[in-house]
Amino acid sequence: MTPLVRIEDLRVRFRTAERTVHAVNGVDLSLMPGEVVGLLGESGSGKSVTLKALLRLLPEARTTMSGRMAVAGQDVMALGGSALRAYRGSVVSMIFQEPMLAFDPVFTIGEQIAEAVRRHENADRTAARARALEMLDRVRIPSAKRRLDAYPHEMSGGMRQRAMIALALACRPKLLLADEPTTALDATVQIQILLLLRELQKEFGMGVIFVTHDIGVAVEVSDRLAVMYAGRIVERGSARDLIRAAAHPYPRGLLASTVHGAMRGRRLDAIPGAPPDLAKVPDGCAFAPRCRFADAECVSRRPDIVRIDAGHEAECRRLDAVAASAEG
Amino acid sequence: MLQYFLKRVLYAIPIALGVSLVCFALVHVAPGDPLASVLPPDASLEMQQLMRTIYGFDRPLPVQFALWLWRAFVGDLGVSIATGRPVAGEVWHAFGNTFMLAALAAAFGFLVGGLLGLLAGYYRGGWIDRTASTLSIAGISVPHYWLGMVMAIVFSVQLNWLPATGAGPGGSAAWSWDWEHVRFLILPALTMSAIPLGIVARSMRALVGDILSQEFVEALRAKGLSERGIFAHILKNAAPTALAVMGLQLGYLLGGSILIETVFAWPGTGFLLGNAILQRDLPLLQGTILVLAMFFVILNLLVDVAQTWLDPRIKRA
Ligand SMILES: Nc1ncnc2c1ncn2[C@@H]1O[C@H](COP(=O)(O)OP(=O)(O)OP(=O)(O)O)[C@@H](O)[C@H]1O
Ligand SMILES: [Mg+2]
Repeated sequence: MTPLVRIEDLRVRFRTAERTVHAVNGVDLSLMPGEVVGLLGESGSGKSVTLKALLRLLPEARTTMSGRMAVAGQDVMALGGSALRAYRGSVVSMIFQEPMLAFDPVFTIGEQIAEAVRRHENADRTAARARALEMLDRVRIPSAKRRLDAYPHEMSGGMRQRAMIALALACRPKLLLADEPTTALDATVQIQILLLLRELQKEFGMGVIFVTHDIGVAVEVSDRLAVMYAGRIVERGSARDLIRAAAHPYPRGLLASTVHGAMRGRRLDAIPGAPPDLAKVPDGCAFAPRCRFADAECVSRRPDIVRIDAGHEAECRRLDAVAASAEG
Repeated sequence: MLQYFLKRVLYAIPIALGVSLVCFALVHVAPGDPLASVLPPDASLEMQQLMRTIYGFDRPLPVQFALWLWRAFVGDLGVSIATGRPVAGEVWHAFGNTFMLAALAAAFGFLVGGLLGLLAGYYRGGWIDRTASTLSIAGISVPHYWLGMVMAIVFSVQLNWLPATGAGPGGSAAWSWDWEHVRFLILPALTMSAIPLGIVARSMRALVGDILSQEFVEALRAKGLSERGIFAHILKNAAPTALAVMGLQLGYLLGGSILIETVFAWPGTGFLLGNAILQRDLPLLQGTILVLAMFFVILNLLVDVAQTWLDPRIKRA
């Protein structure tokens, strides 16, 4: 089977008047059709930028991108003009963290869903509206017919996020990018939305990249996990691999000792030390300054990727020392 | 919506009453005897007394106000002291002239200013933005009587394209919508449009920048909309605020400009007001200000209602 997503050596750099930000520094990521990958990492590690790069949403004038990205056989880097617009929303679509901000406040929910359908499927207004209604039913919004004519501010946070999902799935995308879709919601609503997403993902057979800070959430929804640090994926593997046997000191400190049940709500940014300055790419391992296992070579040379198990990899030179410290 | 409209109309009534009271009081606190300008300096005391009775200046102020308000309500604004003609007719005529001028100035200023502002906000930092900013700052800060004089010198004295003064060929009073008359409108209307053009352009630019920085624009791109589709969203988001800004500017324009109408000898309310002040013609002054103020109140009401109608976020209660 060919992968749905193949990202190779993705690098993203932002230039502003004052400084340059190296937000993504060589990300490799593949996704099979129908697979859910959880992307973890503390604030500023480049998760959102990676997702936006996949939709080519980054501001063109200030952004330098390099590497290769292919989604469903299309070369994302080479897309432009109408081909890019046809790709956005129909091959890949996105759910945002704050549905209140992601909907246009002066158009109704129904209009905004129908707009996407009309855009991609050449449907007339009636057909597009019918699809919007069907989608609202699909995400189980009660009295969907009435909600079709509601404005975003007239709905609760949970309902808005359901509507956002309805919008994202209206054109049957092959890949769904979910950027912390439940962070802004109450705990009980969060669970409902996660269950709904999981169910729709199976039903539609979509690939999903799910960004979250919440380890519990990541484990619950993902087939595989990838942990980002300073614009690189430092460790990846199945949820089981990472929970039971995280190898890299960064995810390990957070994940290895976590007991099930106490996991929900734990956030990755509880690690001591400050996140790295992204003004330049470090020569060595970006985590070294915060790592108690680091030696001089860690700082000066980029570590190789070490394969631990099938599908379980970590980018660290001191894996032996890390493992030994756990045993001792 | 109808309920909101009625409620809003009810709110406007005390405002209108307050405004009329201010209009009325304004004239009565002004120093000097209002009759001084109609009476010969050597008029007898009896004569003065008689005139006072005729104009009603001998009654207690509250009575004068009530009477004045009632007459104004039925369309009688009194008689001009200087000309002896009914004030209502004078104001109505002048208002018609100012209205034409304001409408043309608004149409031009709002269209050009709105477009400039939209483009400047959309292409922020580009050459359109810089040009638009320079133009709008110039439009707002150049004294407009000076601009009027420069326009008159360039386009009528030097180039001889357009007439500089009056409201029709040979000073004719009757207006008609043909080129012979419309030519007279152009210079004063262009001069008057400078300020609303600048203000609308600046507000639009800020508004568009504000809208573009919101996350939903990215979400619109993410679902595959073209820039034209996104522009439609920008327009609808900007509409309520843009309308409010334009409504306010239209109000100022309809008030007429004493300076511009004087420079171009345009027989509108500004011209009338200027004359009324110079000649101490109190009934005329009162009547003109009252009509303009009422117009402002009504215009505000309409803008409010339209804004509510356009913006779903404002509660329609
Ligand atoms: N458009 C942009 N221009 C300049 N810098 C940007 C831009 N977008 C993101 N960045 C920077 O890139 C870095 C990575 O940001 P990103 O949004 O991907 O982080 P994140 O992992 O999603 O964090 P969070 O968990 O807080 O959402 C940050 O330092 C951020 O300031
Ligand atoms: Mg983010």
